Amino acid sequence: MSDLPLVQADRAVPPPAATTAPRGRGRRLRLLSGTDRVVITLMVLVPLLLVVALVWLPALATVALSGTNWDGIGPLADIDWVGLKNYDDVVNIYPPFGPAIQNNLLWLAALFVVATPFGMFLAVLLDKELRGSRFYQTALYLPVVLSLALIGFVWQLIYSRDQGLLNALLGTQTDWYGDPNVNIWAVLFAAGWRHVGYIMLLYLAGLKGVDPSLREAAAVDGSSEVSTFFRVVFPVLRPINIIVLVVTVIESLRAFDLVWVINKGRNGLELISALVTANVVGEASRIGFGSALATIMLVVSLVFITLYLFTVMREDRR
Amino acid sequence: MSRPRTEAEYLARLVPPSVAGLNRRSLLAGAAGAGALLGTGLLAGCGDSDSDSGAGSKTVSVGSNASDPTPKDVLAKLAAGFQSKSGVTVNINTVDHNTFQENINNYLQGKPDDVFTWFAGYRMRFFAAKGLAGDVSDVWGKLSGFSDAFKKASTGDDGKQYFVPASYYPWAVFYRKSVWQQRGYQVPKTLDDFNSLGAQMKKDGLNPIAFADKDGWPAMGTFDILNLRINGYQFHVDLMAGKEAWTSDKVKKVFDTWAGLLPLHQPDSLGRTWQEAAQSLQQKKSGMYLLGLFVAQQFNENEQDDIDFFTFPEIDSTIGAKALDAPIDGYMMARKPKSEANAKKLLEYIGGVDAANIMVKGDPGTLVANTGGDTSGYTALKKKAAELVGSATEIAQFLDRDTRPDFASTVMIPALQQFIKDPKDISGLLTSIENQKKSIFTS
Repeated sequence: MSDLPLVQADRAVPPPAATTAPRGRGRRLRLLSGTDRVVITLMVLVPLLLVVALVWLPALATVALSGTNWDGIGPLADIDWVGLKNYDDVVNIYPPFGPAIQNNLLWLAALFVVATPFGMFLAVLLDKELRGSRFYQTALYLPVVLSLALIGFVWQLIYSRDQGLLNALLGTQTDWYGDPNVNIWAVLFAAGWRHVGYIMLLYLAGLKGVDPSLREAAAVDGSSEVSTFFRVVFPVLRPINIIVLVVTVIESLRAFDLVWVINKGRNGLELISALVTANVVGEASRIGFGSALATIMLVVSLVFITLYLFTVMREDRR
Repeated sequence: MSRPRTEAEYLARLVPPSVAGLNRRSLLAGAAGAGALLGTGLLAGCGDSDSDSGAGSKTVSVGSNASDPTPKDVLAKLAAGFQSKSGVTVNINTVDHNTFQENINNYLQGKPDDVFTWFAGYRMRFFAAKGLAGDVSDVWGKLSGFSDAFKKASTGDDGKQYFVPASYYPWAVFYRKSVWQQRGYQVPKTLDDFNSLGAQMKKDGLNPIAFADKDGWPAMGTFDILNLRINGYQFHVDLMAGKEAWTSDKVKKVFDTWAGLLPLHQPDSLGRTWQEAAQSLQQKKSGMYLLGLFVAQQFNENEQDDIDFFTFPEIDSTIGAKALDAPIDGYMMARKPKSEANAKKLLEYIGGVDAANIMVKGDPGTLVANTGGDTSGYTALKKKAAELVGSATEIAQFLDRDTRPDFASTVMIPALQQFIKDPKDISGLLTSIENQKKSIFTS
């Protein structure tokens, strides 16, 4: 698994230099023919333009709009600059904001502490070639494949207070979706249900790539199953571990779909992404205010992105 | 929905998109994307097809949100009727209901159709004030058969009319006749009667008032009717327009009254959809339910005659019980129609008796706005609903149509859910609403 593209991406550039290495950097470029240069320029420019147009400009526009009170009506020239008022409103007079931050962090913690390790555990089990492991694999991965609308519907059938499966089985009257102290856990369970399958598949693919001779050597040295995993297999899977970690962080920051399907991210299920959508999309059109929320989300994401890049770059330098 | 019957399907179409959308949106989340693509395609198509029809032409275009089969069919019949009468061809551009509503800002600022479907209320007046809709006062001069309440609901802030009503449905307290006869319940005339009826129902093992607010909008109906009964129509409209303070004692009294009624409501409402609450009424587990006429779609065909309703009882005798929520759907004219004469002719036709008759026949679930229409095909329930609205002195359009959409969805929904969760801290809640209202309404 050492040649995983994510970690290796920047090493893909040097190879052409290998043949011309002795001549030094300046010479190398001149060796490229005119066509090569055109091709390279295009290969750099086209993705660059796409990234600028589709990622950087919208992101900067969001930050710019967050200082305005635009409601989506009228020409851009009519937009009034309101400074930091939107941020002030978000923090001071918008009640769903506090719970949203809490829920996003809770989401991250739950996926990181429970769902991700459990998915990895299942992958290790399935790697043992149990009887019917393909069936389990499919069953566990199914939630990831199912469409969102269907998942929302499935859980509605289970969690409904009056007509749901869960209350019928337990004989309780718990209001799984409506009680704000309960519903976040109910939804986290559903989110974890999906996340476990995803992590399991990722990790299983990694485990399949581990050189069996490493395990045999550990077994010959008298290492137990558990210590073989933690001392040999887990360290070897470092690139996969990083991917799993990144996927977990991304999934919890962009968590949105389930709560949106359930109750549009209200009443105990507030998430920043859902608040952004509720404010910007649709008839509400509080574009300035929604952009302020989106910018806050961007800043939170940047913290994690920076941490990740920092780790990966330090890794490469070594 | 879970029990499709013909009647139920018709009634389902009475649900305004602001209301049905919330639910349909979640169920058909996948379809929405396709709808959006289809919608933009159709809108783009309309621009092209209109470009060849200059002034004095023989065509008029209609932007329609009637994407469900029955209303779509009715509009096609209306278009055919208009064409045979006036010789003007009608091009209908149908867009998915929710997509139409969500894109209305862009739609009206781009190249809208000559005539388009919309709702009465704050949003209509807002578009009129922004100059995004055409004045149709002279069409109203030729219309007859509309009550004053309907005319008031079609009038913009400048006193001119910008809207022609087509159909509507009332909000009222629904119940099953058989249950009430069996238990000997009487329709309450005052809040005290209502309270003691609720207490009696509780004693009889029923949920007195079915209640659901998972989707956030049904509780708005309860707030509306209490505010209309306690403070009257004018205060309600001013409050919705941001002119009155939410922290005032008048609003506080509404929430205090509501807090007193909450123990009679079905518990754990924040996890329940209105369909589930309506089914508890249908299954005779609940005694009554304050909802729109569309509640009937959760009843079987043979139970339709068992549904009855009363308007919410009087709370303050100086205010009475004559105002109610009855959202009105209808048509508006674009600010610069390609052919203003044809657009106005079409609106006049739509507001006329012939069109009303087509609507009654084509869509038996619709209550037709024009009283001149032949309503002999109405069921007893619909006849009574039409009488109720006809006798109303003022008609409100429902909270999310009567105020700014951003205020309704991003402030009022969380606030009402907060109130239902914790009815004790009313003044804290009202302060929070007022702060957000000030920020939104001054921006």
